[in-house]
Amino acid sequence: MSNFARSISISWINFRPMEMITAYFVLVVVSVALIPFTGARGKGIVALCSILAASVMSSVPAVIALTGTPVQYLFEGSQVTGVIPVRFDALSGWFILIINLTFITGTLYGMHYLKAYASRRQDLSLHWAATILAHTGLLGICVVQNSLIFLMFWELMAITTFLMVIFESEKPETLKAGINYLIQSHISVLLLMLGFIWVAARTGSFRFSAIRIFAEQEPRIENFVLFLCFFAGFGIKAGLVPFHTWLPHAHPAAPSHVSGMMSGVIIKIGIFGILKMLLLIRPDFITTGLLILTFGVVSGVYGVMLAIVQHNIKKLLAYHSIENIGIIAIGIGMGCLGLGSRHPGIAALGFAGALLHTLNHALFKSLLFYGAGNIYQHTHTLDMERMGGLGRTIPRTSLLFLIAALAICGLPPFNGFVSEFLIYNGMFSGLGASGFQDIWALIFAIFGLALIGGMALFCFTKAYGIMFLGTPRANLGGHPGNEGRNGLIPMYVLTALILAIGMLPGVFVPLTHKAVNLFLQQADLSVRKDLFPMETLRMAGAGALVLTGLAGLIFWIRSRCTSGKVVTGEPTWGCGYAAESSKAQYTASSFARSFRKLAGPLLSIDRKKADISGVFPGESTHATHPGDKTEIWLIDLPLRRFHAFIARFSFLQNGSLQGYILYGLLFITLVLTVPVIAEKLMSWIDFLKGL
Amino acid sequence: MISLLFILLASLFFSGIIIRTKSLASGRKGPGIMQPVKDILRLFRKGSVMSRTTSLVFQVAPSIYLASVIMAILVVPVGSLPGVFSFRGDFVFFAYALALGKFFCIIAALDTGSSFEGMGASREALFSMLAEPAFFILMGSLALLTGHTSFQDMFAALHFGSYVSYMLGVLATLVLILIAMIENSRMPVDDPKTHLELTMVHEVMILDNSGFDLGLILSAGHLKFAMYGALIANFFTGNLSVPLTLAVFLGTQVFCAVAIGLTESFMARYRMNHNPQFIFTLSSVALLIFFGVLVILGRI
Repeated sequence: MSNFARSISISWINFRPMEMITAYFVLVVVSVALIPFTGARGKGIVALCSILAASVMSSVPAVIALTGTPVQYLFEGSQVTGVIPVRFDALSGWFILIINLTFITGTLYGMHYLKAYASRRQDLSLHWAATILAHTGLLGICVVQNSLIFLMFWELMAITTFLMVIFESEKPETLKAGINYLIQSHISVLLLMLGFIWVAARTGSFRFSAIRIFAEQEPRIENFVLFLCFFAGFGIKAGLVPFHTWLPHAHPAAPSHVSGMMSGVIIKIGIFGILKMLLLIRPDFITTGLLILTFGVVSGVYGVMLAIVQHNIKKLLAYHSIENIGIIAIGIGMGCLGLGSRHPGIAALGFAGALLHTLNHALFKSLLFYGAGNIYQHTHTLDMERMGGLGRTIPRTSLLFLIAALAICGLPPFNGFVSEFLIYNGMFSGLGASGFQDIWALIFAIFGLALIGGMALFCFTKAYGIMFLGTPRANLGGHPGNEGRNGLIPMYVLTALILAIGMLPGVFVPLTHKAVNLFLQQADLSVRKDLFPMETLRMAGAGALVLTGLAGLIFWIRSRCTSGKVVTGEPTWGCGYAAESSKAQYTASSFARSFRKLAGPLLSIDRKKADISGVFPGESTHATHPGDKTEIWLIDLPLRRFHAFIARFSFLQNGSLQGYILYGLLFITLVLTVPVIAEKLMSWIDFLKGL
Repeated sequence: MISLLFILLASLFFSGIIIRTKSLASGRKGPGIMQPVKDILRLFRKGSVMSRTTSLVFQVAPSIYLASVIMAILVVPVGSLPGVFSFRGDFVFFAYALALGKFFCIIAALDTGSSFEGMGASREALFSMLAEPAFFILMGSLALLTGHTSFQDMFAALHFGSYVSYMLGVLATLVLILIAMIENSRMPVDDPKTHLELTMVHEVMILDNSGFDLGLILSAGHLKFAMYGALIANFFTGNLSVPLTLAVFLGTQVFCAVAIGLTESFMARYRMNHNPQFIFTLSSVALLIFFGVLVILGRI
């Protein structure tokens, strides 16, 4: 492996970086320019080729960085920006590989998904061009070390993803969700800009290394405030509670492959930002750790709680993204606590768990969204209450969705287990280690993570069981077996990775080590083998294999023993009532009812119910519409208050042109006279002082 | 490996003892202690009736359920005898392996398309979700107390020095017994002998299983009893010699079985909507243990 990497790195050095970057941008511009002139199918192919080429170009330095040697170039830039360093280190390498993987599978799936929209050529052009540019934006965010250019890439990513979300812009709710997303991502930009400007004002440089200088010069409290500023900015993108409110709207509105890519990498770029700032600012790690841990637990528990009561499959998955971001944040928080209390082993487990979970979530969440896309194309609805028995009509999607559901619940032998196991191991090691402070935080996080695990199981048994099993609850049409072979290929790729990571954690977890080393500073995991329990991981991997083998063995014995036996098919037991009806089945809301009652005070559920009553009863109905309390209190209410306040000045908006010209004149006069008046005032004050 | 054999041995008579105790308590003679095992052997020889609504999930679920329980048992030590798998944080693997089996059990119930089974599935999912934190907090307390993070090391390092620690031992046993009751769907959370589908939890989920599959599910249930019995026994074995460990182990298993039998004879199941509150209590008891450990270590 290292030989291979070295040979690549040598050939890489032969390229000049400037030419490489130019080639990259030429590729992007040419493919974006080409897209409008190709057919509906051709647009997808151009986008795929462009993203593939871009992925190869960016993956090579990423892999080199991941094997140990960071790759850095300095570009002169302009007078405004200053020097622009482009740096591939282990952390950005890790994220670049995740981005490339998700974008390739996403584009492949998208080509299949968008076949149904082949007649809308202009929309398709915009969509695919936006996809290519979003990929560029994400890659740029990962490598650029200059805050001005960083913000430009960030903006590029924000706007192109907005365009990707509003593909079906003729639907008012899609447009509304898209604009909500656009506004919130600009609040995020605003916060980031504040942070960068603060740094630039103090140090006079836009380079990221200036943030390091700032952190060394300024007192701790200012460091922490700066970190908070970035944390909130990146937190909005990541979807941490309470900054998450855009996410459950945007994901269901977007086409499925976009939801998959958004959930897979675009919200992860927020996590990347938080990690990057941790590295640069190095704030007080105990306080920061406690902060991130709290946000993680709250996001995790809140996200999955709301996921359980959702009946729109994509909204359910969106809330699960919030939950998984929470788990990643718990890992990061653990890592920070480990660093702060000088337990590098615990820090390593926390960060490795968080990084691996970032990859894992990208894998299973995009698989789940692609599954949801197949369901939508088959049934033309996202409402789980109307589905049922889809396992018979789309069996491959059903199997793939099941694997992804098991993985997201963190069950062995799938990949979700490995990362959650690392984080758990970090927390329990923290409890076991002597002299580890903040035991309270640990037990709180353990409680949270255990509850998250249990609730995720509740949620996905509901989602899978109601949608794919039983019998159809409504006549939705759809031809059996019509799953689209091409759309399944990227899903198989993702599934293979999910299984590989789950069964061979000893191979995949060390890939995160170089990135973890960045956080540990002095300790190198490849040298200090005692810091990381590789043996434990191998045992857990072996356990996962044994578990799979055991299940297979028992099933094989069962098949052998029952092969000669009489098996009769009968209706499901209904207390002797043999005329089964699909309407008698448990529905998604009835499955979640007991939970809804329990968690009622924390949720905001709009329930409409009409009971059967009277001698000639009418139709009885029951429908629940889950709302989001955080959104109601933090977004809707302040907005309403603000509107009410602004409405007091509505008399100014009188609609006459003369009035507006007068306002303009008044404004100009004011602007011009303020300095004069201020000067006069100052001289008066001086005069008075002189007295 | 020996620990596995011990637990297998205990699973053979555990359920038999419960049934026998219940019979004696209600003034009947009752079946032999090996009757549950004989029932399972009989089921293994039978054909089966499958619901026409079901799919492949329904057929693989019992096998995966049993496999998950056996996998969990492979992690459990008995006294100083380590489990087949023993590593840092193995109890996390234990809990998640069991959860895999539970996942399949629940979706198999939903696969039948029956309202009863959906009801049972929803309840089981809810109850096991609520019981999960208690187990992890208990294990966290043990990790804090002993400084180790695997079943084997924790139990080996566990020794009761003061009155407080005795009390903690009792509380921990209580928590484990109650978790075992919830996970095995027994009183006071669930009544395996109830005759009405609407009031069942676990039994209603397996209404449509028959023949070999039912045999697999029942044997997984018996194994689970012995597995939790082994965990409880570990609180008392410490570093005893193997024969003594065996004696304590078997004694604890019999004691647990009799205790369950007596509880079920003299107690009624809670109302279904009281169950969550009951399970929450469990988490609070686990937290109490955690506070106790902090007191012992002088870190509070």
